[in-house]
Amino acid sequence: MKICISSIGQDLAAAVDPRFGRAQRYIIMDTETKAFECIDNAAAMSGGGAGTKAAQLVINKAVQAVLTGNIGPNAFTVLNTAGITIYTGVSGTVQEAVDMFLGGTLQPVATPTAEAHAGMGGGKGSGI
Amino acid sequence: MIIAVASGKGGTGKTTVAVSLALSLDGVQFADCDVEEPNAAIFLRPVIDEKIPVTMLVPEVDETKCSGCGKCAELCAFNALVVLEKKVLIFPHMCHACGGCMRICPEQAITEKPREVGIIEKGMAGGMSFMQGILNVGDPMATPIINRLRKQLDPSKIVILDSPPGTSCPVIETVRESDYCILVTEPTPFGLHDLQLAIATVRELHVPFGVIINCAGIGDDAVETYCREENVPLLMKIPWDRRIAEGYSRGEAVVTVQSDLEQQFKNLYATIKTTVNATA
Repeated sequence: MKICISSIGQDLAAAVDPRFGRAQRYIIMDTETKAFECIDNAAAMSGGGAGTKAAQLVINKAVQAVLTGNIGPNAFTVLNTAGITIYTGVSGTVQEAVDMFLGGTLQPVATPTAEAHAGMGGGKGSGI
Repeated sequence: MIIAVASGKGGTGKTTVAVSLALSLDGVQFADCDVEEPNAAIFLRPVIDEKIPVTMLVPEVDETKCSGCGKCAELCAFNALVVLEKKVLIFPHMCHACGGCMRICPEQAITEKPREVGIIEKGMAGGMSFMQGILNVGDPMATPIINRLRKQLDPSKIVILDSPPGTSCPVIETVRESDYCILVTEPTPFGLHDLQLAIATVRELHVPFGVIINCAGIGDDAVETYCREENVPLLMKIPWDRRIAEGYSRGEAVVTVQSDLEQQFKNLYATIKTTVNATA
């Protein structure tokens, strides 16, 4: 199956990005072959709607699970509707996250774990 | 004549100034544009006789017509639509009502439906014409309500706009196309910092402006030094005075508490009028 891990860097040694919608990058991995690709998150710097845009990006990659630190309500709704399983509270390196996922120690979440705009930094964003 | 009262920093005395200026003049139309928490009514005590709902047009998708091509989601600058294989998810709170998704849809599967974001209340406060916008709690779309308020202004009157704080879209919507902007600050480092942001914003909008220092006597003289160096007119100083604060806590305007300030507000308007006429 294909999984997505929010990542700060471009390889498996990089740290998991604690934010989903405003993660810098995503590692998309095929858990059977261990082959992976890294995609930049075009939504990371958007003024608003980063969560939904990032979710669309990930859905277009046909992943079945998302591993991240925290996820907001809009991205959660999109991924959940698309039938993607969401794992939050994930930290450490991308490789460690994959190992935990494959080892079955991660628990999927049923609700969002952050408020809208929580990952923007520099205070709550407005300007809309 | 449209005069906007703005600030940068919140809580510096925008409403204090706007209300007292309005009470010192005749033929005023007052509009509270701080739609997230309008509070001028506490001081002006208007009798409201009209309530107008404010709506925005947001998309609705007919899924029997949708082919799932994703063009609407691609176009949306605010990421308010997400296209899944067999379903379009719409996030109405993120929609800015541009109508682009409806126009780009090749299947004509998208129509628009109104979404209420708040109301406008109109009435009279004594001889003063009064309006305020009230944004629904939890809704982020302040700007459309301010836009609707602005469409109901009567420029033949002295229009006084009580602006939201900050420098973002709701402030721009309030201040732009005004004849003059009063920037209210307090003489503190925080006040000065946000005043500088507000000045940069108002300059960008090409609206003539001047500064009022509220709570004069606290803090330092850095705001005055800054205004002098930047050639920004310092219009007035409202003193740091316990009686004003006590009046405020009872919902009484500054000019009600200290009637000698009324003449200063009248002079303020005369100064603004001269500036506006010289600019025009």
